[in-house]
Amino acid sequence: MNTDNTIIRSAAAAERKKMRGERLALLRRNPAFLVGSVLVSIWVFAALFGELLVPIKPEELDFMVTDLGPSSAHWFGTDSLGRDVFSRVVVGSRPIIVMAFCATILGTVVGTTIGLLTGYFKGKFDLIVMRILDAISALPVLILALLALAAVGGSSEVVTIMIIGFVFSPIIARTVRATVLGEAELDYVAAAKLRTEKTRHILFVEILPNVLPPIVVEFTIRLGYAVFAIATLSFLGVGVELGSPNWGSQVSENYVGIFSNIWWSTVFPAGAIATLAIGINLLADGIMESFEL
Amino acid sequence: MGKFILKRIGLALVTLFIVTTAIFFMTHILPGNAAERILGPFAERANVIALEKELGLDKPMYVQYWKWLSEALSGQLGDSVQYQSPVSELLLPAIGYSFRLAAMAFLIVVPLSIFGGIIAAINRGKAVDRVITVGGLSAAVIPEFVWAVLLVFVVGVKLEWLPVTAFPDDDTSIVQVIRHMFLPSIALVLVLFGYISRIARAGVIEAMDSDYSRTAVLKGLSKRQMINRHVLRNALLPTIAVIASQVPYLVGGLVAVEIVFNYPGFGSLLLQAVQYRDYPMLQAAVLIVGSVIVTMQLIADILFALLNPRIRQTIAE
Repeated sequence: MNTDNTIIRSAAAAERKKMRGERLALLRRNPAFLVGSVLVSIWVFAALFGELLVPIKPEELDFMVTDLGPSSAHWFGTDSLGRDVFSRVVVGSRPIIVMAFCATILGTVVGTTIGLLTGYFKGKFDLIVMRILDAISALPVLILALLALAAVGGSSEVVTIMIIGFVFSPIIARTVRATVLGEAELDYVAAAKLRTEKTRHILFVEILPNVLPPIVVEFTIRLGYAVFAIATLSFLGVGVELGSPNWGSQVSENYVGIFSNIWWSTVFPAGAIATLAIGINLLADGIMESFEL
Repeated sequence: MGKFILKRIGLALVTLFIVTTAIFFMTHILPGNAAERILGPFAERANVIALEKELGLDKPMYVQYWKWLSEALSGQLGDSVQYQSPVSELLLPAIGYSFRLAAMAFLIVVPLSIFGGIIAAINRGKAVDRVITVGGLSAAVIPEFVWAVLLVFVVGVKLEWLPVTAFPDDDTSIVQVIRHMFLPSIALVLVLFGYISRIARAGVIEAMDSDYSRTAVLKGLSKRQMINRHVLRNALLPTIAVIASQVPYLVGGLVAVEIVFNYPGFGSLLLQAVQYRDYPMLQAAVLIVGSVIVTMQLIADILFALLNPRIRQTIAE
């Protein structure tokens, strides 16, 4: 009996592996996905090795060279405090990428768990939980984040991550729930029940691997939104430590300058946000397309 | 139909109740004491206790919640801590200004994105389609404030086509008001265009692939006639639902755009309330936003059902 099980499971695993191979082959031919992965790789590389890559320290003030345009000494020019914009843009990739990643992971884990439970148990439990989740997602992410940050007080990165993760979980839960509703009707779940497997085993070992594709897609899409939300919060001056080389804060610190044509200290960090967001979006688009086939 | 509408209103009320509860408890359960916050860190303990009594903070949580909720329902939203004046007096004009900006963005984005979606659907798989869908969704993931800043630089400062503040100095002609609101609303439009056009495109494609469209072509209608008479009517229904679901994003975007353009809307007030920890203002602002969003969703749901004969029929049965 047990060996039968193992054989079936390894056959299923082999099937999944084959499908994964086909998807990867499709992804490699998808131009949007390739452009997206190049953009994201550049920023992830910058986030990993930031300080090692930049010629000038991002915090270094030099009042002799304030508001200088791009030159060979300062590739992206300097800001109003004489800090090197290139260094700040490169090093500034770290907080936003780390925060967006952690927030999305948190949202995905919480959302997947809720989705598995509600989709599997259905009934009153499902109804009540989904109603609460609907209500939470009626409010805009940004407004909820502002409310929670004001309540907690201060601008803590950890709080921002938790809030965004929390706000994302209903959306992921809904996607997972919809897929689980269909899966729970299938024979392999009934078989697992007959084997008197524990519910935890059925949910996480039997059902979860089969609902992974929509979770992966949703994760990449949410990652883009996390970048969106974190950049906006740091632009508004909440949710991140002040003074750190953060893209959003850099835009808000310097954008007065563009009225007097000092564009570089604003446009480069703004462009960095845009390229990271577009990169993640193209990745998500490619992954979505390959999963639909 | 009446039963359906009643049920929807009931659901909306449940949602609103959960939202108000969330707002209240988020601002009350979390660490920190409102009285201490108002009086500052160096306040005397006795004063803090006195103020707590005055604000009713010494009462049990459910008593406070009920008091807050019943006052909010009767329109008493309390006084702003920062301005020392009623929250409603501050919020109402600001919401009016924000509404103006949001309305302008919607008036631009809805026809534009439906048109874009139709063009993309008709040219499915061609370059035009790719540009509209990939371009639209790429634009949608760039935060509004980034668009706003870039627009100010290129259109306002470099080309000098449009004013870079959202508000004319003196409340002059309507033309001036609209001219000033143009750039900020474009920043909002760029973020919303991608979603709405994608849904419009999907709706048009589905309608074009349907049997009735094939019949229309077979009986000799031109492509244009087929699209005008048969496709659009069916394709635009799902778009309505999506437009309503974009309202929360629009509201979030307003906050950032208003800050960039120094626009005296509700977003600016909300951010100030966060920075000064002005709780009555914050609660009222979020409460109003929540109510507006839930109402919009309700209207969209009902409209969707009224316009869609299939749903209308199942409801009638």
